[in-house]
Amino acid sequence: MSPPSIGVLALQGDVREHTAALHAAGAVAVPVRRPEELAAVDGLVLPGGESTTMAKLADRFGLLGPLRAAVAGGLPVYGSCAGMIMLADRVLDAPADQQTLGGLDVTVRRNAFGRQVDSFETEVEIAGVDGGPVHAVFIRAPWVEATGADVQVLGRVEGGPADGRIVAVRQGRLVATSFHPELTGDTRVHALFVELVRAARAEDLSSTGAAVGAGSEGGQPQ
Amino acid sequence: MALNDPQNASVPAHTGTDLVKRGMAEQLKGGVIMDVVTPEQAKIAEDAGAVAVMALERVPADIRAQGGIARMSDPDMIQGIIEAVTIPVMAKARIGHFVEAQVLQALGVDYVDESEVLTPADEAHHIDKSAFTVPFVCGATDLGEALRRIAEGAAMIRSKGEAGTGNVVEATRHMRALRSGIKRLGTLDETELFVAAKELRAPHDLVVEVARTGKLPVVLFTAGGIATPADAAMMMQLGAEGVFVGSGIFKSGDPALRAAAIVQATTFFDDPAVIAKVSRGLGEPMVGINVSTLPESERYATRGW
Repeated sequence: MSPPSIGVLALQGDVREHTAALHAAGAVAVPVRRPEELAAVDGLVLPGGESTTMAKLADRFGLLGPLRAAVAGGLPVYGSCAGMIMLADRVLDAPADQQTLGGLDVTVRRNAFGRQVDSFETEVEIAGVDGGPVHAVFIRAPWVEATGADVQVLGRVEGGPADGRIVAVRQGRLVATSFHPELTGDTRVHALFVELVRAARAEDLSSTGAAVGAGSEGGQPQ
Repeated sequence: MALNDPQNASVPAHTGTDLVKRGMAEQLKGGVIMDVVTPEQAKIAEDAGAVAVMALERVPADIRAQGGIARMSDPDMIQGIIEAVTIPVMAKARIGHFVEAQVLQALGVDYVDESEVLTPADEAHHIDKSAFTVPFVCGATDLGEALRRIAEGAAMIRSKGEAGTGNVVEATRHMRALRSGIKRLGTLDETELFVAAKELRAPHDLVVEVARTGKLPVVLFTAGGIATPADAAMMMQLGAEGVFVGSGIFKSGDPALRAAAIVQATTFFDDPAVIAKVSRGLGEPMVGINVSTLPESERYATRGW
């Protein structure tokens, strides 16, 4: 099967780093700024950046609705830092009017670790990522304060005053990390997501094939 | 909050590293950083989609008009802006004034701009920026100046332009100089790079790194004279990774509208249809100054060594 095509939401943020990491993990990475570009991808990355800026731009350019529909329709999405906030159903310490895509049944606190002088790097064990802990860079990072029943916790901070805080989660086809694996050159988290996208594509193809075979109008989700 | 508390650290956590400082600037890419002088302006900037605000006492156009010594802003004012918004807050320290920078770090600002817009405090030395936990952005007019600042610990560079003029001509000059300087290094062999480092008055290892990668080792924004959405988009097309807008927004007729338009033009910098659309109905831009009429002593871009 051809490599999956994974979009990177390119309204603002560290798009280049995610693009390089996806490419290294075996995907074709393309920038997404318009609804028609979103419709053409097998998966999507919401990069690090300013979540308030990204949400406002998505709103002004008619991308919020299509993004929400894509998440609801089963498009695999990975969000890092600001991307985690964009995916969260509930956000604390955000401006009252901040919009998110939602879909991930978590409560996320923005800038939870503090200001930039508190930003840090450390090691975090991630469930499903073999070969030792991931080197994790936290920049004005959020953390996950509460999770719904269907959310799997993939990683927590170890040690320090934030000991035990949840910083990586998965729910179905949605993955989110508080930290920025795209900044470190370690592409294992991106490889995990690329595999998720491959599996989702295979699953959708087989269910669409079955539906077509049965003569129904079954369309592909997303 | 320090996460590297030895009492409770099974895994060491490190603050203030190059990766954390430079990584912060990576998150700002494709965005607009706006000068603000009050919490109300900071809110307008956040609502317009700014990725960060620069807290200062007077915008450069007013510093020019009023003269006198321009210093770090009042801590109360900076604190008020920090409390008003959730996006990062930057603030300016005078060139070489390391104690102003210490104060800004203590106040919790997210980035310090060691800025030529303020009156320099040292005519030979810049701040030793690697000694700080807070990251620094510095101005540069060409590649050598950018690399000298990076060697001192700057985690982000902005082309200087000529602040407070509303005239993009100097920003264009500096972006082009940076870009051609980077391109030129890529054509040189190992022996020639030693000479290039000497000519650029920059560390050899940084010169070699730029020659190999074809880019600065830190994020490059543009600044100084950007007043319209088309100005911002042009600087992005010339290779800037984001835009600082100073007097251009709050010295214009409709700041909220113009701020939002510049944000949109920065994202869609390569799409003239979008730039045309957002450029409509913005009201009066700031009036501006013809840079060629500015005496040498009033040019901020010449400050920095």
